[in-house]
Amino acid sequence: MKIKSANWIGYRDLLAQLVSKDLKLKYRRSVLGYLWSILNPLLIMLVMVLVFSSYFRFDVANYPVYLIIGQTIYNYMNNATTHAIYSITDNGALLKKVYVPKYIFPLSKVTSDMMDFIFSLGAMVLVMVVTRTPFSMYLILLPYVAIQVYVFTLGMGMFLAQAAVFFRDVRYIYNVFLTAWLYATPIFYPISILPGKIRWVVTHLNPLYYYIEQFRCIVLERMLPSPVLVFRGCVISVIFLVVGLFFFRKNQDKFILYI
Amino acid sequence: MENEYIIDLRDVTIRFNMATEKVDNLKEYFVKLVKRQLMFQEFLALKDVTLQIRPGEAWGLVGANGAGKSTMLKLISGILKPYKGTVQVNGTIAPLIELGAGFDMELTARENIFLNGTLLGHSKKFMEEHFDEIVDFAEIRDFLDVPLKNYSSGMQARIGFSIATMVRPDILVVDEILSVGDFRFREKCNRRMEEMLAAGTTLLLVSHSIEDIRNMCTHAAWIDHGILKMTGDAETVTEAYLKGV
Repeated sequence: MKIKSANWIGYRDLLAQLVSKDLKLKYRRSVLGYLWSILNPLLIMLVMVLVFSSYFRFDVANYPVYLIIGQTIYNYMNNATTHAIYSITDNGALLKKVYVPKYIFPLSKVTSDMMDFIFSLGAMVLVMVVTRTPFSMYLILLPYVAIQVYVFTLGMGMFLAQAAVFFRDVRYIYNVFLTAWLYATPIFYPISILPGKIRWVVTHLNPLYYYIEQFRCIVLERMLPSPVLVFRGCVISVIFLVVGLFFFRKNQDKFILYI
Repeated sequence: MENEYIIDLRDVTIRFNMATEKVDNLKEYFVKLVKRQLMFQEFLALKDVTLQIRPGEAWGLVGANGAGKSTMLKLISGILKPYKGTVQVNGTIAPLIELGAGFDMELTARENIFLNGTLLGHSKKFMEEHFDEIVDFAEIRDFLDVPLKNYSSGMQARIGFSIATMVRPDILVVDEILSVGDFRFREKCNRRMEEMLAAGTTLLLVSHSIEDIRNMCTHAAWIDHGILKMTGDAETVTEAYLKGV
């Protein structure tokens, strides 16, 4: 029992090391360093605001904030799952030589991207200040939304990472899937422009919608998100995590034969 | 239940899929599934191996290339799971299968020491306590904040060896690593391993040098095509192995 808990503490520190490695290496030898985590989403948002307020006009109040929320959450999910897909195969050489719990690799990727996500919320705050969006008490609820997104993404990452070990082309298929998902999520358009049936599908079957909508509700409307939305968001994230963990655990002993 | 053996392998079989063409993407998988070509060509890397090792013994594994020696080390280190049979290991393992596996070339030596130590399952606090010891043994104090890619391979191996042997593990698993580093450092490694043996560490050594095995090991096991052909004291087994080859 004692050995077991000591092990757990050891690997918790490994997780911290891997996360800090990712963060350190990302911006090493760049002049602005971590500032890029804020600057990058900000610049992309500026481009998109320019495009969508001059070419395609949508009737959305406070469009810059609306846009940056959707974009930040989608980017987090996109980056974290894409990194997670490669996490096992990239560490193949290591896994052949040392015993390390394999879940640590997708977990560390999803976690380090979460850190990046938190930094990039600085960009959202900046845009809120510039557009004079009032800050409300409800902002303290944002971490709860972030946890839902994190758990959901972790589940996806676990599932994808194990699948990519056996079938390398999962990553290409997933790229196509991500593109479809981008357009199926109300990131730069309001949900109201979707025709009835499609709108039902997006608002009921697209988990990202739950999280983005909760976020916007808190930041833009300064209200509590509806309990139904929160409930759906939590349930779907737990389901994804359970499914991801199930497949990962089931297949992890076979990884070594395929990497 | 206390086990008198520190390593207890019973009827262990390891199976690999030796399909001539490896199917690792979905398209091929479905094509082969339709054509009914998804053959599973099995290859048994180890066949019904039973080996029991008591604490403090030093075992050398001998055998031709591809006989299954490294597979056996991986099995004991927990990297490979047996297809059949049971593996029981009662103690901490320091694997010296490849020194510095998991080093990140972009990180500095200091950062790598922490990363590698935690990869081996140590806590950060533990690594902080032993940091100086590692650095002194590897003799790299002047270059701590240099990215690892600027180190020579010998220097990298020094760091790897220092980290892996800094703990006093119950079991030391060594796979032909004694050829790294310069002559003086090799002496130092040998001395440290002898110290560990004297302190009661169990050793598992794979080597093609019969001399090394006779010098360092009390027992030896001869593996041939995945079958444990002979076990016993080092002298007798290596003698038989040399004659058999």
